[in-house]
Amino acid sequence: MEFSDHIKTANVEDVVLRQPLHPPSRGTLCITGHHLLFSDREEGSSRQILLLLRNIDAIEKSVENLLGYSGFLSKAAHSDRTPGSSGTITIKCKDLRVLQLDIPGMEQCLNIAHSIETLSCLDNVSEMYPFFYRPNDLSLREQWGLSTPEKHYTQIKELHKKWRLSSVNKTYSVCPSYPPVVIVPNSIDDETLKKVAKFRQGGRFPVLCYYHRKNGMVIMRSSQPLTGANKKRCKEDELLLQVVIEDSDKGFIIDTRSSQQVQQARMTGGGFESKSCYSRWKRLHKQMERGKALQESLIKLVEACGDESHNVDRWLSKLENSKWLSHVQTALSAAGLLVECVERDGHSALVHGYEGTDCTLLICTLAQLIMDPTCRTLEGFLALLDREWLQAGHPFQQRCAHSAYSHARLQQESPIFLLLLDCVWQLWRQFPLALGFSEALLLRLANEVYASDYGTFLCNNDQERCALEVKDRTHCLFQALLRLPERDYYSNPLYEPNELAIWPSVHPQSLQLWRGFFLRWTQQARHLEAVQEEIRSMVIEWHRVTQR
Amino acid sequence: MEHIRLPKVENVRLLDRVSPRRSRVGTLYLTATHSIFVESEAGGRSETWVLHSLVCSVDKQAASASGCPLLIRCKNFQILHFSIPREQDCQDVHLSLQRLSQPQRYEELYCFSYKPNVDEEERRRDWAFVDLKADFSRMGLPNAQWKLSPVNQQYKVSDTYPAELFVPDSAAPPVLVGSSKFRSRGRFPALSYYSKENHLNAIANRAAGKGYENEDNYSNIKFQFMGIENIHVMRNSQQKMLEVCELRSPSMSDFLEGLESSGWLKHIKAVLDTGVFIAKAVAEGISVLVHCSDGWDRTAQVCSVACVLLDPYYRTLKGLMVLIEKDWVSFGHKFTQRCNHLAGDPKEVSPIVDQFLECVWQLMEQFPCAFEYNENLLITVHSHIYSCQFGNFIGNNQRERRELRVHEKTHSLWSYLWTNRAEFINPLYRQNHSQSQGLLRPSTAPYCFKFWRGLYNRFDRGMHPRQSVEDYLRVIREETQQLEEQLDSHKQKIAELKQEQGWSDAHRAAAFDQSSTARALGKNLALANTPQDYTGSLLASTPGAADGPLVLAPQDPDQTADPNLSNGSDPESGIADVSCRSPLSEDSARDPDPDPDSDEAAYSAA
Repeated sequence: MEFSDHIKTANVEDVVLRQPLHPPSRGTLCITGHHLLFSDREEGSSRQILLLLRNIDAIEKSVENLLGYSGFLSKAAHSDRTPGSSGTITIKCKDLRVLQLDIPGMEQCLNIAHSIETLSCLDNVSEMYPFFYRPNDLSLREQWGLSTPEKHYTQIKELHKKWRLSSVNKTYSVCPSYPPVVIVPNSIDDETLKKVAKFRQGGRFPVLCYYHRKNGMVIMRSSQPLTGANKKRCKEDELLLQVVIEDSDKGFIIDTRSSQQVQQARMTGGGFESKSCYSRWKRLHKQMERGKALQESLIKLVEACGDESHNVDRWLSKLENSKWLSHVQTALSAAGLLVECVERDGHSALVHGYEGTDCTLLICTLAQLIMDPTCRTLEGFLALLDREWLQAGHPFQQRCAHSAYSHARLQQESPIFLLLLDCVWQLWRQFPLALGFSEALLLRLANEVYASDYGTFLCNNDQERCALEVKDRTHCLFQALLRLPERDYYSNPLYEPNELAIWPSVHPQSLQLWRGFFLRWTQQARHLEAVQEEIRSMVIEWHRVTQR
Repeated sequence: MEHIRLPKVENVRLLDRVSPRRSRVGTLYLTATHSIFVESEAGGRSETWVLHSLVCSVDKQAASASGCPLLIRCKNFQILHFSIPREQDCQDVHLSLQRLSQPQRYEELYCFSYKPNVDEEERRRDWAFVDLKADFSRMGLPNAQWKLSPVNQQYKVSDTYPAELFVPDSAAPPVLVGSSKFRSRGRFPALSYYSKENHLNAIANRAAGKGYENEDNYSNIKFQFMGIENIHVMRNSQQKMLEVCELRSPSMSDFLEGLESSGWLKHIKAVLDTGVFIAKAVAEGISVLVHCSDGWDRTAQVCSVACVLLDPYYRTLKGLMVLIEKDWVSFGHKFTQRCNHLAGDPKEVSPIVDQFLECVWQLMEQFPCAFEYNENLLITVHSHIYSCQFGNFIGNNQRERRELRVHEKTHSLWSYLWTNRAEFINPLYRQNHSQSQGLLRPSTAPYCFKFWRGLYNRFDRGMHPRQSVEDYLRVIREETQQLEEQLDSHKQKIAELKQEQGWSDAHRAAAFDQSSTARALGKNLALANTPQDYTGSLLASTPGAADGPLVLAPQDPDQTADPNLSNGSDPESGIADVSCRSPLSEDSARDPDPDPDSDEAAYSAA
């Protein structure tokens, strides 16, 4: 099917666009296979607004057919094509912007609305815009991605004695959501790994994700063990975990579910590492919200932010009721707990919940940011995301198909990555000099993950990306962000490298609504952006003077 | 001194509110003006000073095996939780502090015994530092329409008004006296602010009245009722909010629900909404008369908020001082009663001036480049409004201050703040920034109102950001200025020396010497961090984990009181309350301290 089949009206003149922070403007609207283009016709200005259709989360249309009354309105009617009828399309974007288009002509309006509805949620990944995005200054042959398990392994020499690279998953047959190469204990051979994989949900056997240079302890992640109601055991799984802590008296398992939840999980074939079979591992439960509940939390928060007519009481009540900040608090304290195990207490840790593709990745990522200074630079942070989210198989396509406005029935959507960005923002607020990247980077990522010119966040895992040749046929976002002038823009001008752990405060008083994101289309967010510009120019001026 | 039943108690524990294991043992000394807790640990690093005039309440709780708890709440929102071994000692300290913190007579207030090292001539000059006449002449007054009236010289027309008032030129004394008889406490309409900008008679006025004007009798006037609650509602609301701030480890929902049900932010919004309404009217050239029932609470709040919105001058350091002096001190906000300086009617106490300061803070959060002063200034002014260390906020009106001879016997806060202004300057302030120009147009959407952690949880250091952008920017801004000045002077010298050659080395060395400061500063800041309590529910589920959770690292044990408020003999050391919020304070140099008691007990809870 061609895109043009979905486009009955490609151009409409005399459309009025209303958008936040701008006066209404009149111009021409065009729709293409991937974009909505609005060209401002006002004299002297040639402003254009290009919106990826993929960025559109929901639309609302209302049409008025006033033909019957055209006699009354003949003087007012300004369109000679379809006198008396008009329509309005309200576009709600995944970046939380709300636009309104007043379109003359009912039919045009319905056609445009239909095209948007169809083209904004195409299911076929290879028809998505990243496969068509061909800017002049980029070549498809440039390097793709920032980190792989191989690269990670090579960088950490200390690992080599006890850990090895395994290609057991090179055909993705052992674990479809893992990369082809993973880091595992030296003494565990591939045959053993295959057996362990069968004992873990989705084949996600325990792999290394972080090595703490300061004390040689590690963080591993996996999915839940499939003990089931019969308390099945797996000697290979027990062995794998045993060898990880053979030089130590114990390790910690951080389970992102409550102790009731793990008992219930056994009934559906899942389970947990019991004390009797994993005697030297201590299990800690830190219940985290996931899935649909998290998506609904986002929906409620965005709804609350969108209504300025509330009084303060109602606003606070809705903010509380959304529970979003509670999720931020839980995620940061789970990460804090993990860091305490590894950095303070000097023990290795294994993290998992159910599938090990969501909350597990969230707290592993946050823990690394808190502990490891190399993850806090712009490049280090993007490489961390590459390893811990893309390589590790967070199902972006499923989780980010829709955002807070969509009326579509929820499937697998869940804003866990957005929650990560919010937590990172909280860290940045508390340690404004310790992170090498700016709030602008977090905002950019929050956009790109839902709708992008780049192929980075396409698909659900490495296997799918490989099958669609994403690395050969699209451009890499991370590489683009590291090029000048973007690199400067996304760097934190106040950054000072810092070897210590940055322990976040998780008191409710210390956590704030991420205004830059949730209120980004308000005047208030603009003022805060102006402050960041002011800071940047102060630092540039200071550098200029001191280096003269 | 006769009020001190027990000058010294040993083996007192100062408990850490957030993490009980971090309590300290030491000796508590009671002096006439301060209570001082000195930690017995070797090194003697930590002293905690509490100024008695800042003490808001002292509560003795039921004794337990570990001692008798004594809870001291201060007006600057510091809370100290002592445990005293003997109940009798606790009782004595309790009674002493209750008496010491509630002076009966003005003469007992700290400002009359506070003697910093300032000579008499300087002290007098300091009082002249803020001059209201100068502010009125800044507004272009007197002029053809407005004149200075001598009618209240002897405080006979209104004993709560200042002696000097601006009134309409055509209003003869009999008219003013007539008007005053019709208004509560004789507070006839008088000029508060005159807008020179739009060359109209745009003014914000103030007056008092019980009841309100009958519209039929006032032509050309539109009434607007703004619905700000009374002092009792505000007092209760703040009380509720402070209870939320005090919760030991609240969940996010506990906190937000508590904040909502306190209603505090709703009241802040009401005050700001009214300020915005007045400011817009004045900016459009409409004069406004503002009053409430007496004209010294809500009226003072909204007039001063409107002034901050209208006039960039009041967003400068000096301007804020002038504004507080004008709308609050001179127009008779009843500081003694509202701030509970003397033992008096608890129903007269109300955080009206806190709300004004908070409105300014809320505006600063929206317009970070528009204010010359910073949050620290607001917090410091707040502290000193309550501390009674300076004479500015003593008494309920100008007449009382004159009778008390405050200007002869005490020191002024304003010049003190000015001397230390480096601490109070917002490095992001730009006079010519688009945010700084003319009328501020804040959003009053509900989500714009934030909880002011910096004030209400000021002493809970673990809650604040661990690194300060402001301190960093202040250093680089100073350095940039210095270097540019140096460069200018070097350019001059170059011109002079050019014939002689050999100039460049000196120049370079100078430039590079300087540039290291900010880098070093950044490093220091980076050190300030300690782990937090992340286990919450895990710990709560096992009260039996008696051998102690490892998760609670010692955290900033030296929560000293504001040294400025505590050290009467050395004003120059002041404003250290600012630095205790900043990561540059003494504790920042310490490494996060691994807890020697660490073990896995906390985790076994699971």
